[in-house]
Amino acid sequence: MKIHIPTPLRQYTKGQQTVTVGGTSITDALQDLTTNYPELRNHLYTGEGKLRSFVNIYLNDDDIRYLPEKEATKTGDDDELTIIPSIAGGN
Amino acid sequence: MLKLGQADYDALRAHGEETYPHECCGVLLGKNDADGNQVHKIVRAGNTRTDRAHDRYNIAPEELIRVQRQARGLGLDIVGFYHSHPDHPAQWSKTDFDEAHWVGCSYIITSVEHGKATLSNSFLLTGTGEEDKKFVDEQVQVVAGEAGSAKENVQA
Repeated sequence: MKIHIPTPLRQYTKGQQTVTVGGTSITDALQDLTTNYPELRNHLYTGEGKLRSFVNIYLNDDDIRYLPEKEATKTGDDDELTIIPSIAGGN
Repeated sequence: MLKLGQADYDALRAHGEETYPHECCGVLLGKNDADGNQVHKIVRAGNTRTDRAHDRYNIAPEELIRVQRQARGLGLDIVGFYHSHPDHPAQWSKTDFDEAHWVGCSYIITSVEHGKATLSNSFLLTGTGEEDKKFVDEQVQVVAGEAGSAKENVQA
């Protein structure tokens, strides 16, 4: 399946905006991603291994935090994951 | 240096006037090259912080994903964001900094005083991640036409 990488993290994927990973679940896909591009791990996860609060990951159009099986959700080759850091602020 | 076309520059400032006294927000699409970020298109976004839109903004991730898809289709990248500060200086705040996570991207802030856009400043988020990120003042170059195909340069 494909994983779309946001602009700030492409420096850790050799400039690629989309990478192809293996596996049959979201967990597999993210594991494959961080195995192939280990520098990404610190930018996606806290030291305790939890997804950083400002990092959103979507399976197609769904936030994986709200999927019934969350990261254990099964995936197919045609599915797409998108990593998208949050945008917010104010005075 | 951040380079963007006059029409886009005017449009993002007008957006802040339209949403006054609430904050506006949007996304800058373009390319990054040796000179910095070049904006080829701006995309307006909705502010989901309806609870305190006068001093906060948030772009829904679903909307960001749609914009990122749009950028891919155009052969562009997300190179930055913009928002307004109603009756507040065009300077990043602690909230802006805490919530900034797109290293390498430009953050334009426009001060809107009594409904009229005044100063627009840009800040480049530098560093490698959360531990060492910082905002750096960034010169804005407004060009006639689209950035990258400018015939005439005007310093903002």
